[in-house]
Amino acid sequence: MSFGHKVKPYLMLAPAMGFFFMFFIYPILYMFFLSFTSWNLISPVKEFVGFKNYKELITSSEFHTVLTNTIIYTILVVFLSISIALILALWLNKKGYLYGLTQGAIFTPYIISLVSVALLWLWIMDPDYGLLNWVLGILGIPPSKWLAHPDTALISLVIVGVWKIVGYNTLVLMAGLQSIPKEIYEAAALDQATKWTTFFKITLPMISPTLFFLMIISTISSFKVFDTVQIMTQGGPVNSTNMMVYYIYENGFDFFKVGYASAAGVVLVIIVGIMTLFHFMFLSKRVHYR
Amino acid sequence: MKIKKYILKGLEKAGLILVMAIFVFPFLWMASTSLKSLQETLIFPPKWLPDKIMIENFVKAWSSGPFLRYFLNSVFVTIGILVLQFLTMVPAAYAFARYKFKGYKLLFAIVLVALMIPEQITFLPVYLQMSSWKLLNTYIPLILPYGTSAFGIFLLRQSFMQVPDEIIEAARLDDASEWKIMWNIMVPMAKPVLVTFGLFSFIYHWNDYFWPLVMTNSEAIRTLPIGIAMLKDTEGGVAWNIVMAGNMILVLPILIVFFFAQKQIIKAFVYSGIK
Repeated sequence: MSFGHKVKPYLMLAPAMGFFFMFFIYPILYMFFLSFTSWNLISPVKEFVGFKNYKELITSSEFHTVLTNTIIYTILVVFLSISIALILALWLNKKGYLYGLTQGAIFTPYIISLVSVALLWLWIMDPDYGLLNWVLGILGIPPSKWLAHPDTALISLVIVGVWKIVGYNTLVLMAGLQSIPKEIYEAAALDQATKWTTFFKITLPMISPTLFFLMIISTISSFKVFDTVQIMTQGGPVNSTNMMVYYIYENGFDFFKVGYASAAGVVLVIIVGIMTLFHFMFLSKRVHYR
Repeated sequence: MKIKKYILKGLEKAGLILVMAIFVFPFLWMASTSLKSLQETLIFPPKWLPDKIMIENFVKAWSSGPFLRYFLNSVFVTIGILVLQFLTMVPAAYAFARYKFKGYKLLFAIVLVALMIPEQITFLPVYLQMSSWKLLNTYIPLILPYGTSAFGIFLLRQSFMQVPDEIIEAARLDDASEWKIMWNIMVPMAKPVLVTFGLFSFIYHWNDYFWPLVMTNSEAIRTLPIGIAMLKDTEGGVAWNIVMAGNMILVLPILIVFFFAQKQIIKAFVYSGIK
């Protein structure tokens, strides 16, 4: 092999890797560096302050609220969207016009801009003229303030988050269901297994890789929630919906606390990093298993 | 026995329609609101349909800001990203699919990790970089950070690996350069994957709100989703009929594309697995 041939793959990779370095690797390293400094965006000096920002994060009750909100939001969205999706996937996994139509319908919110989804639900959840309170009225349930009250604001965002992604989760699970070999079900039928046994002994174990995959990616996508917070509540009322990315954004761009915001960003990197690691450990296990 | 079966079937159909309604009805409500007068939005219990269809709401929404500019910015940024991604993804995927070289594992690991890390993590340092280079409020911070796609490289690599070796050997015997093999043989064979990825990337960037919001503060460079979101920030109460008219402008292109390419779009997203 000539020298030219050896260099070729690197040349081919150079543009893409250049972008990864510039906008992915370097920024994360730079953020690590900034998290040890104090800087207000304007001053020419970035003062080195050691672990001060991290200490401030740990002791800040506001950050505790933000982290708790994010974790509650994530757990609820992940749990609800996947369990509803599992029911829908088992139900809709059939041939037929109405099933196909329903599959398309539940997927629609997923491809719509979050801006549209946020504005639409802001209107539907309007405390005075909103459609949702009207529906509750029909069912005999008293109206709610939804996003306007600290007790219900976070759960309102959860509803919007679930509405947006449940269709995606359903279709991914359906793809998982369809990849289960039919012979296994036939064998189970011969053994006269009940519906419940078939579900718990065959279906659930066979789609557990899909379930795990969905759990990882919906955890990451819920942790990075921003658009609905920014458009629907701005973190309020009284910080009841303030979450990680919005908090970083607020501290960096509104309060000019770049070092502090970077430290919060590093916390986010670590959380997402752990999820990614889980994902890869699981993937490599699966490869061995095969 | 038969009657019970019919009742069950009827109940199932009713259930399906209820599920559909939960996902479709909000969009119909948006359409109806966008055609109402302001007074009609302030009635409770709500009115289903407007008395008089107010097409002028769309004109009002469109002329309340530089919306043509926003629209053109969205088009330009989205196309810019797609073109750049195509140009960087193809050679990278080709190298990963067809070469063995030192550092392969490390470089491919970078791609896999980049696949998982959302831009909500890197926005602050990227913003600061752009600011120090005096590039804010240009198209550069909107396009360049998306100059390549880990997901696209990953998909395209798999597709390139499936091309039989004989085809490439034959081309090499004909003295075709690697460059020619890549663009004239591999790319046409990967067309379905490229279309799938193109749809995914188009919808993703057309819809994107977070990145352009963070990277811009001048009207001249902002994109459609930001313009639409700002319709809400009027003095006094929110004019929901105008906001929903704007929202229709943002949603309709995607819904139309979805209507015609539903299967392909679902495939693109379901197999994308990320974002």
